[in-house]
Amino acid sequence: MSKEIMSEKIRILIAKPGLDGHDRGAKVIARALRDAGFEVIYTGLRQTAEMIAASALQEDVDVVGLSILSGAHMALVPHIREVMNQNDLQDVPIILGGIIPEEDKPALSEYGVKGVFGPGTSMQEIIDTITKIVNR
Amino acid sequence: MKDLIQNILNGNRRALARMLTMVENEREGYQQALAALFPHTGHAWVIGITGAPGTGKSSLVNALAQKYRQQDKTVGILAVDPTSPFTGGAILGDRIRMRDLYSDPGVFIRSMATRGSLGGLSRATRDAIRVMDAGGFDVILVETVGAGQSEVDIVRTAQTTIVVEAPGLGDDIQAIKAGILEIADILVVNKADRVGAKNTVQALKMMLEIGHPAARTQPVLHHGELMQIENHTSINPTPLWIPPIIQTITMDFTGIDALIQAIENHRAYIEQNHLSAEIERERIRIELYERLQNVLMTRLMNGLTQQQIEAVVERVRTRELEPSQAVMMLIDMHNTEGML
Repeated sequence: MSKEIMSEKIRILIAKPGLDGHDRGAKVIARALRDAGFEVIYTGLRQTAEMIAASALQEDVDVVGLSILSGAHMALVPHIREVMNQNDLQDVPIILGGIIPEEDKPALSEYGVKGVFGPGTSMQEIIDTITKIVNR
Repeated sequence: MKDLIQNILNGNRRALARMLTMVENEREGYQQALAALFPHTGHAWVIGITGAPGTGKSSLVNALAQKYRQQDKTVGILAVDPTSPFTGGAILGDRIRMRDLYSDPGVFIRSMATRGSLGGLSRATRDAIRVMDAGGFDVILVETVGAGQSEVDIVRTAQTTIVVEAPGLGDDIQAIKAGILEIADILVVNKADRVGAKNTVQALKMMLEIGHPAARTQPVLHHGELMQIENHTSINPTPLWIPPIIQTITMDFTGIDALIQAIENHRAYIEQNHLSAEIERERIRIELYERLQNVLMTRLMNGLTQQQIEAVVERVRTRELEPSQAVMMLIDMHNTEGML
């Protein structure tokens, strides 16, 4: 058994809230993060805020990763944050992948969004950002 | 620490989740925390669900959990998925099939990666079950990784082991040789609406007739003659229990009531025959042995330097030392007194 396998793992939830059914990006990210040595809890499509909060709590994840392509992020993220906070998950950061306009980023950071990754972001940048957020 | 323990015992889910992480990562103090919880364990009935990938284990867990909730029983779920041997990472996807359970506060689902263990569970699974048990769940469902023929850790962990089969996954010879079938307390043929389900049931029945110690108390008919087949010991702790074969379709809950009844029957069988204590004793023996192995191994390795090990590796490579001699040499190099 190598040290690699036994050391503390970064645990991340990858979920797709809302109604758009395009999860290829989320799957690609999940796989890339696995290959970076993360433990990825993948819950798939059409997750409600309550489902995301319950998964984040039970799985004790370090980060919640959301994939939103529908443009509804300014509605979804505040609601998810609120339900997460109700579940005592204030300290769990969110990262966001998808089509997110630049001007929305400051507002999102107020909801604990610590990283926003648009199309063309390199995997390495995503991995580095998460590792930094988790601060290990 | 005291707060954490108290919160877990009071049913606080965040505390439970934190403790599970602590146990998985063997963080400092986890052993004391486990020791504090240990007296509060022994309440839950632990049900193992194993079987090949794609047989529908997660969906079956989802269906079982919903039925138990209808009976007002709280349900803890541990779902194990494999860690990549190359990267150390894992994709834990069992929750996808359990979305009906998310919003129910009487259900707690935790995904675990195997982290290098090969027996179908992870090293921390046993401890994680105890933490959930102390958390007050009535039923704990443990789903193994997609297992094939020899990942049988679950039988030493669960009180009732369910092996899930599905139609179209190999012929009857697979059923005869696969060790995984020997561990079943209950056999489930899932996806029973699919073509070939009857054949699968038939193959399992035959397997039980010729292979199961209990079934062998009935003589086997071969070319019209009665054949005597000799008994041999089985690793199954309750050899006189004959595993029922239950057909299920998880989509519409077909057979799930029957499965729950079979689990109840198995539990009653164990309890009425006063087998619990002996089963538990045997498990504790195995667990202590495994833990002793781990501790001694760690201590031994900590007492050796990388250079010492590399030097011995090289001497084996050059055929100067035979591997078993090399092991004796490593043990001699180590200060044995420091180890014990």
